[in-house]
Amino acid sequence: MNIKDLPEDENYFTPGHTACAGCAAPIIVRNMMKIFGKDTIVYTPANCLLVFGGTYPYLSWKVPYLHEAFENTGSCIAGVSRAYKKKGKKVTVVGFAGDGGTYDIGIQALSGAAERNEDAIYVCYDNEAYMNTGIQRSGSTPYGASTTTTPAGKKIPGKLEHKKDMAEIMRAHQIPYVATMSIAHPKDFLEKTKKAKETEGFRYLHVLSPCPTGWRADPAKTVELARKAVDCGMWTLYEAEYGEITNIYKPKKKIPVEEYIRGQGRFRHFTPEMVEELQRWVDEKWERLYGEKP
Amino acid sequence: MIQKIDAKKMVVTGDYAAAYGALLCDVDVVAAYPITPQTIIVEEFSTFVNDGITDAEFIMVESEHSAMSACIAAQAAGARTFTATSSQGLALMHEMLSIASALRLPIVMPVVNRTVAAPIGIWCEYNDTMPQRDSGWLQMSCEDNQEVLDMIIMAYKMGEHKDVLLPVMPALDAFILSHTVEPVDAPSSDEVLDFISHYKPHAILDPDNPMAIGTFTPPEYIQELRYQHHVAMNNARKVIKDVTKEFAQKFGRDYHGLIEAYKCDDAEVVLITMGTVTGTARDIVDEMRAKGKKVGLIKLRFYRPFPIEEIRKIAENVDAIGVYDRSISYGTGGPMFIETKNALYGMEKPVVNFLAGLGGRDVVKGDVEKMFEILLKAKEGEAKEEIYWINTRGVSI
Repeated sequence: MNIKDLPEDENYFTPGHTACAGCAAPIIVRNMMKIFGKDTIVYTPANCLLVFGGTYPYLSWKVPYLHEAFENTGSCIAGVSRAYKKKGKKVTVVGFAGDGGTYDIGIQALSGAAERNEDAIYVCYDNEAYMNTGIQRSGSTPYGASTTTTPAGKKIPGKLEHKKDMAEIMRAHQIPYVATMSIAHPKDFLEKTKKAKETEGFRYLHVLSPCPTGWRADPAKTVELARKAVDCGMWTLYEAEYGEITNIYKPKKKIPVEEYIRGQGRFRHFTPEMVEELQRWVDEKWERLYGEKP
Repeated sequence: MIQKIDAKKMVVTGDYAAAYGALLCDVDVVAAYPITPQTIIVEEFSTFVNDGITDAEFIMVESEHSAMSACIAAQAAGARTFTATSSQGLALMHEMLSIASALRLPIVMPVVNRTVAAPIGIWCEYNDTMPQRDSGWLQMSCEDNQEVLDMIIMAYKMGEHKDVLLPVMPALDAFILSHTVEPVDAPSSDEVLDFISHYKPHAILDPDNPMAIGTFTPPEYIQELRYQHHVAMNNARKVIKDVTKEFAQKFGRDYHGLIEAYKCDDAEVVLITMGTVTGTARDIVDEMRAKGKKVGLIKLRFYRPFPIEEIRKIAENVDAIGVYDRSISYGTGGPMFIETKNALYGMEKPVVNFLAGLGGRDVVKGDVEKMFEILLKAKEGEAKEEIYWINTRGVSI
């Protein structure tokens, strides 16, 4: 499956939305929706996507669309899915949640839906902070990043904790399908989306979603940032079925994390020691995933 | 669809009656979470599912917040839904209650009234449902287990009416009803489905006719939605009366609409009660009447919409009105007392509030008798207080 194989004029998430320049979220959503297709029902919790794509009366959605609240994506997609199961009609039910709505406030409902193996797809577009409310730290924010609630101060230099490994938490649920994805790897992205659509039961797709506004980066570099995140090991690409990793992508050449964080204002205050700490975390993660030292 | 179920007489708890009501209404999706004393409702319903009496989808969610979230989503996808909760569970659900009602989804949710912490307790108090007053649901309280069953059936018909389209919250007292068996007449599933008819959703998530529900909405549009919601709540008054009348004709049990007036016609004083204390108060009215005292009783069924006209009409001919409350709005008085005073605005009548049974303390005949005695004094202008704490240590009346 390649980007050229997608129907060009079949958009279920249409242009005209109000996302910031360089936002990765509409790239993720538009392309996924081309694969999910017409018979899809979409839920979004409170997030940027709700605002830039779901503001009445200027909606970008051409499929049935529901929003209820912030912390309940798992339960809402379960509710829609069960209603259709009762009707005996097959639809694809998808929730698009951000990292705050997934890692933090939504983890309970997500875990419940996964444990019950609800027949639905949960997509986490991960921009590594509460961007919609103005760049506050989340459980996904990487170590050291300066956000509006972890500002790089004179005493405390940004966020002190490392990023939570959400995809691994989902893999531990032993659900039918978990995939981590990147917009810089479109073939992989589309194939995983297609596989998710064709799988039954609970499916969790996790995409790193560079946010030039929140990361304080050049909006022209969104895809480049996504690629460097994978190349340095900050973001890893794999698939897991029922808890077992079935496919894993290994960058041909691992770049230093410094190359990835350079050019992102959220890391501008990094001292050599902070770079070293982040590199240590990345290397440990690499070793866990690939079973060898970088 | 459910299997055909014949009419029968049962001896069941209030919780069972609630679950059985949902079964007879052929609900499509139930999402629920256990909490004492509501637990029996979800246990019984899951038994109906696992025994194949109904093919409803049962989602045993991980919290009450998710229970309501899933019900809203399923109802928006065209299902008739049901859930149940109590106390802290209702408090956790609070965020989702106003979403259910503003999306105009006629979900039915019995709430077993239980005290809200602190301190933690499991017994009857109305400080769970009463604070949900402005969440936009129809709220009412049942007197006995028969009313619980009948009300679940009527709730679907009221909530799904095109002039209403609002969720309904029938309440029942913790343990006094939830765990106490009483004889209950259950109609057949055919009769019930004929009465409520099949659910036809007004808004639905359907890929063949895409619709957005719950969009991010700017100020240009929200105020009209609030107005329409208010109109729907007012419309509910007539629908409640019509549905109870139709129910009485079909099933022979008359609940008289928003209130039931008991011996009010020539009463000098009346007491307003809600829930199971009503039964005790009926006895006291009979006993005091036998002694020649002209006392009457208003059983308040609906808290939202509040029966303003009905209460005013009765108040015109009485000299004092008492309001029994099982929860307190601190520094002001019982919620029903506040509502009653609002309803009687402009009428120069003494209104007295009685607080009793908070935290689940028993309200016994002597307590209710005391309320009437104080009311008879109030009639003569001799009531010392506006708010009386009945059977409360540290308070002398």
